[in-house]
Amino acid sequence: MARIVGGVGTSHVPAIGAASDNDKTGDDYWAPLFAGYGPAREWIRRVDPDVAIIVYNDHATAFSLQLIPTFGLGMGSEYPPADEGYGPRRVPMVHGDEKLSWHLAESLVVNDEIDITFVNDLHVDHGLTVPLTIMCDRPEEWPFRVIPLAVNVIQYPQPTGHRCLELGRAIRRAVESYPEDLRVVVFGTGGMSHQLQGERAGLINREFDLAFLDRLVADPDGQAAVPHVDYLRQAGSEGLELIMWLVMRGALGGDVREVYRHYHVPASNTAAGLIVLEPVGDKG
Amino acid sequence: MSPPTDTTTKPWDDIPGTYVQDGDHYRRGYRLNMLLMTLNTEEGRRAFAADEAGSLDRAGVTPEQKRAVLDRDWLAMLRLGANVYYLLKLAAHDRVSVQHMAGSMSGISEQEFIDMMVSGGRSPEGNLYTDATEGGS
Repeated sequence: MARIVGGVGTSHVPAIGAASDNDKTGDDYWAPLFAGYGPAREWIRRVDPDVAIIVYNDHATAFSLQLIPTFGLGMGSEYPPADEGYGPRRVPMVHGDEKLSWHLAESLVVNDEIDITFVNDLHVDHGLTVPLTIMCDRPEEWPFRVIPLAVNVIQYPQPTGHRCLELGRAIRRAVESYPEDLRVVVFGTGGMSHQLQGERAGLINREFDLAFLDRLVADPDGQAAVPHVDYLRQAGSEGLELIMWLVMRGALGGDVREVYRHYHVPASNTAAGLIVLEPVGDKG
Repeated sequence: MSPPTDTTTKPWDDIPGTYVQDGDHYRRGYRLNMLLMTLNTEEGRRAFAADEAGSLDRAGVTPEQKRAVLDRDWLAMLRLGANVYYLLKLAAHDRVSVQHMAGSMSGISEQEFIDMMVSGGRSPEGNLYTDATEGGS
């Protein structure tokens, strides 16, 4: 039987990927951020998952205003890194797990009545590949299979925090009903506070970010009740990406153990956060 | 700042300097954003670089949007319906940084923006509400 063995919340700032790709991780600007990734990388090596379900958002890459899935689940066997304007990142091909994808789809739609969109042909952008870099550095091949789950966080109305948390809980039920003996981790990505646009660009709210991390661990239902306008106001217009961490939290079940946390400002125009969680009290 | 087509009040109206991608913004910026989407491919980037004005005309954007793009007036593009993630395609095309774009929108230089971020970013203090009684800027 498959089980969820851990969760990762992490920012997915494109400049973090660029710093890794261009050998800048030892520069004064980047060294403190990357130094903080070490313990998380050790953790994932130790946990050695077979599959990561990566909850991320597409940034006008695979999807545009023409088609906006609220929840788009990757169903493919591979997901090539996308061209976002500079040509594709020179990182390994992302390999999927079609059988698990179809099981998730069936369990989510039939058992939990969460009507996700099926996405077969999907080029993945920095939202998905930067978290892989953060957790795995620069391997020849990514060390686990990946199922992308794209969430609309760009176009109002985005799914509610409550819906994101419930989706995560439904993912947990789906994984636990999969007959193969797989170790699964779930990534929630994006955030933390940042605003890329307008006269208020550059907003960073450390207090909000740290409170979010605390509450994500201890009171996910409370955090899920926070309305989107609070994120927009307090964490910046792009800080709303943090709702994707609630999907990860939901997938871990009731109580969790906080294994590791890292927080650094700035990564480009963003506050970069990282949290590693493990489920407690049951072995799935 | 709101164009006259926006008639309803929204819960984010009192967040300063923030352009929320709601239905009004979507409709206002659809054609412009879809043009910027073409910059995701090498072919699209070449076509745009070869004839920016013609590309904008063929995309059916408004004269104001066309002017803002040709002038690289980042704040005007945003106000006229561009979404920041789509604007990043244009920044990549121009090989200018996110700090350049964000600095331009907020009225400071690229270096000033970088320095602000290194020293912790723009403070929430005074930047959460437009209402002066809340200390808005």
